[in-house]
Amino acid sequence: MLRKTLAVASIAIGGLWAPAGFAQDIVIPNIIELSGGGATVGAMWKNGSSMAVEEINASGGILGKKIKLEFIDTASDPGKARAAMQRALDDKPVAIFGPIYSGSVSATLKMTADAEVPQVMGGEAGPLTAQGSKYLFRTSFGQNVSMPKIANYLRDGAKAKTVAVVYVNNDFGKGGRDAITKELAARDIKVVADISTEAGQADFAADVIKLKGANADAIFVYLNEEESARFLREAKKQGLNKPLVGETTLLGQKVIDLAGDAANGVKGHVGLTVDAPVPAIQEFGKKYEAKYKSKPDHNGVKGYIAPYMIKAAAEKAGKLDGKAIAAALHGMTITPDKVPGILIEATWDDTGEIDRISFLGEVKDGKQVITETLPKLKK
Amino acid sequence: MTDFLQLLISGLATGAIYALAAIGFTLLWQTSQTINFAQGEFVMVPAFLALIAMRWFGVPFVASLVLAILASMLLLGVAFRYIIVGPLIRRGVLPLVISTIALSILLKESVKDFYSAEAQTFPTLLPDTLITVAGVSVSLAQLGVLAVALVTIVLLQWFLAGTRTGRQMQATAQNPTVARILGVPVERMILYTFLINAALAAMASLLVSPIYLAKFSNGETLGLIAFVAAIVGGFNQVRGAIAGGLLIGVLDNLAAAYVSTAYRQAIPLILLVLVILFRPQGLLGRKEERAV
Repeated sequence: MLRKTLAVASIAIGGLWAPAGFAQDIVIPNIIELSGGGATVGAMWKNGSSMAVEEINASGGILGKKIKLEFIDTASDPGKARAAMQRALDDKPVAIFGPIYSGSVSATLKMTADAEVPQVMGGEAGPLTAQGSKYLFRTSFGQNVSMPKIANYLRDGAKAKTVAVVYVNNDFGKGGRDAITKELAARDIKVVADISTEAGQADFAADVIKLKGANADAIFVYLNEEESARFLREAKKQGLNKPLVGETTLLGQKVIDLAGDAANGVKGHVGLTVDAPVPAIQEFGKKYEAKYKSKPDHNGVKGYIAPYMIKAAAEKAGKLDGKAIAAALHGMTITPDKVPGILIEATWDDTGEIDRISFLGEVKDGKQVITETLPKLKK
Repeated sequence: MTDFLQLLISGLATGAIYALAAIGFTLLWQTSQTINFAQGEFVMVPAFLALIAMRWFGVPFVASLVLAILASMLLLGVAFRYIIVGPLIRRGVLPLVISTIALSILLKESVKDFYSAEAQTFPTLLPDTLITVAGVSVSLAQLGVLAVALVTIVLLQWFLAGTRTGRQMQATAQNPTVARILGVPVERMILYTFLINAALAAMASLLVSPIYLAKFSNGETLGLIAFVAAIVGGFNQVRGAIAGGLLIGVLDNLAAAYVSTAYRQAIPLILLVLVILFRPQGLLGRKEERAV
């Protein structure tokens, strides 16, 4: 009798617990750059999103369900990102995180729109949110938001009448170059050199010589992490003595670590940084550093807020449904007093564009220092 | 003129690294008909061996450089010769080429998984002090790269032409059958070639990483450029590979400065097409005719 009871009990426990523990988890595919040129940004995003998911799961998950992240490598290649996205969408997920590189986002955004699955991504190229997808959401400023701020800084802060632009020849770089050129023209600032560089480029001697020849009042540098570091080292070597101005990446911790002394003096606009004078974000930076033994940059923060966006939107919608989550996120403002994980108050408009405060900063003694806080564009 | 000199010196320093990697292609091809498509990864791995010695085991910097070179000779020289090339060369050139492509993927992914996917700073033997002569700024580290690479190349040329072992290696390269009849220990000579290739790749790795950072994906472009350099210079001549490497390093910089930064990557490939069309044996290579 005892044996029979135990057998029935064990079947009952197995039937209730085991499948419930697994089948009810929400699986969110993270289609990100874990190798190739974007490995650095992918690693930061992965750590940030993992940390957020651990916290969310520890406090009860989303609408009572736990989240499980599935990491899929795009190898920083839009073609592979597309194939990975197709496989991920076949499982009908509630949401997709990533990619981070704009080229890969551009190659996948129509797929998530067709499948009606919200895509929380890290891309910053301006045109991404202008293509009419109702399912694409930014975690950082698009170039259409950040470049006007940079152009204002070049005019008012750096007092530049002429600017040289050096950019990386990919979707991110070209998008930034087009946006800044337009904004500079609107402010009567002349672009005297327009220099394209390659992703993965090692030798920047020729580019720096061209910049020296251009003799601009300021140089706007818009490259990915490692290339930024190599460029700064070459600029220092050749004694390029014009103000170097950048957007977020150039002042990022990874670039500072890789470029060493050569990063000192760099100035610019920072959309997101753990050095921001915001206690919640500094607290996040400390937790991340304790866990992963490295200081997070803006990509770590982007990855961290992504799960909290889905949590807040799903709870507002009242259900775990991709279409409802996307609809809830449009026009939504998430504040840290209600969702501490969002770190800074943020609003998403109907195109998935994000609005929040941002910062002006510079690199001093190997550290990013925030000098000014810029308000949200729309109150 | 100052700009031109700046570009020239910078290009030569980068080109010297390409040359070190390109020599490996020609050495292996001559002695064992091996085209090693993992050559780029051979230049990437030694920096990580040094980093492992330094950061994981706390070995001092200079000692870890020596260890990295020795470990590379063992891993990328001896093991490569006996585990991959030895058994596969008997099946023809094509299976071996495909195996080296597989090896390149294995090395890249291993470094990514076991060490890190992120770029790593790498300490330099020479300080980053700037020397400015007639308006041309060169860092001591860059001059060091050029000097070490050139001295290595001169020593290699002397070894090949001026020593008994070197001449035996050349004999093996030119005609292994006749060399064997004349009493040259052909197998040992082939092993020496693999060891030299691994040592040269390790030198290139330790020279290039302080300037361009150590990263698991560094081999991709480096391997391709070194391959192009070897073909442009002449696949069957060590001096051809040297000339090809230096030429591409300089040309890349000059093209970026005086033609277009956007098309800089196309210039070496255009050169490659022209060389294949008009001088298929390479700029300094010799014509090879094989009996069918």
